[in-house]
Amino acid sequence: MTPRRRRLVLVLGILAGVSVAGGLALSAFRQDVTFYFVPTQVAEGKVRPGEEFRMGGLVEKGSVYRKPGSMLVHFTVTDMKHQIPVVYDKVLPDLFREGAGVIVHGHMLANGTFVADEVLAKHDQYYRPPGIGKSVLVHGEPRDPALRMPPATASVTYPLSAVEQP
Amino acid sequence: MAWTWFHRLASPPHVYRVAGRLTPWLAWPAALLIVAGLIGGLWLAPPDYQQGDGYRIIYVHAPSAWMSLFVYTTMAVAAGIGLIWRMKVAHAVAAASAPVGASFTFAALVTGSLWGKPMWGTYWQWDPRLTSELILLFLYLGYMGLRSAFDDVQRADRASAVLAVVGVVNVPIIHYSVVWWNSLHQPPSLMYLGKPTMPPSMYVPLLLMLLGFTLFYGAVLFVRLRGEVLSRERTASWIREAVRP
Repeated sequence: MTPRRRRLVLVLGILAGVSVAGGLALSAFRQDVTFYFVPTQVAEGKVRPGEEFRMGGLVEKGSVYRKPGSMLVHFTVTDMKHQIPVVYDKVLPDLFREGAGVIVHGHMLANGTFVADEVLAKHDQYYRPPGIGKSVLVHGEPRDPALRMPPATASVTYPLSAVEQP
Repeated sequence: MAWTWFHRLASPPHVYRVAGRLTPWLAWPAALLIVAGLIGGLWLAPPDYQQGDGYRIIYVHAPSAWMSLFVYTTMAVAAGIGLIWRMKVAHAVAAASAPVGASFTFAALVTGSLWGKPMWGTYWQWDPRLTSELILLFLYLGYMGLRSAFDDVQRADRASAVLAVVGVVNVPIIHYSVVWWNSLHQPPSLMYLGKPTMPPSMYVPLLLMLLGFTLFYGAVLFVRLRGEVLSRERTASWIREAVRP
């Protein structure tokens, strides 16, 4: 082997080794390197009670309720399989709207309500001028397979008094 | 011989001359493309149905982010060639690229942060895409720091080249971070394959900006490469010929 060939093998070997190590580490972490949980994972008990975590999903259409005279808002986050009611009392981002993606940070109460201390709006990779309907421009599907199903009609009802008292 | 051009690339005087001659051919098209892209993106393109005019930061953010990956890949390939073929000019290309790539990465992080506040509701989250891009900035800074820790250029070349080659595994991680993991960041809007996710009035200016930024990097690289070559060859006799007024 010429010295040049040896260096070539060495560089490619380092690269392959680091790639394999990185790939193994990332696939091992895959479950843990999750920026947010979806409602189904929460319903399955993937999150310990009282633990702070992020939950992502869609804001269910028709579920947003703002309490008059206060900042308090509650809405339902859904992944089309499970719905989780959320309460929040701070400023919502501009892109927060019904049917759109949202990531909430906070914790679950014992009664199954999620108390959020931060609400982030997710937007998709699609851009179009206002006034052009989805029929004109092919609108894509959300990446998360859980979010690709038609909107659920089921809605969660929960007692308002339970969420207002901390 | 077919490989003559490749061997001539290893000759510092040749590279110095060619880089100097090519620079205006990259710089002027870059300036025209960026001006055209900015006019197209900031004035001619329609506002977005959800984000209004706020989405227009994409015309700086996406090309910067693209360049942060492109420059790193170029740098790693050059460093690898430098390691394997002991080509000084290749190491010079890598060294000349690092500050440019670091600047693009910084610009991508800052514009992304400014975009994130009004739209997502946050300047920063430890999200996979954002975190891996921040690691890219640290790789660039680490590469530059490692280089400056050596007095001997050859030792700096070899040590930093290993770091550059190892760090290249982060490039696909950044690119696929929005696919592999749940992320606050949306998937890319322009892919090599597949339909763009916006109408032509929006994506044509974005393409112009991408091309303009790429040519801009080429022009800056050549200017910096000439400086790198001059400083490395400062004792060589051809320099007196080359820089004679």
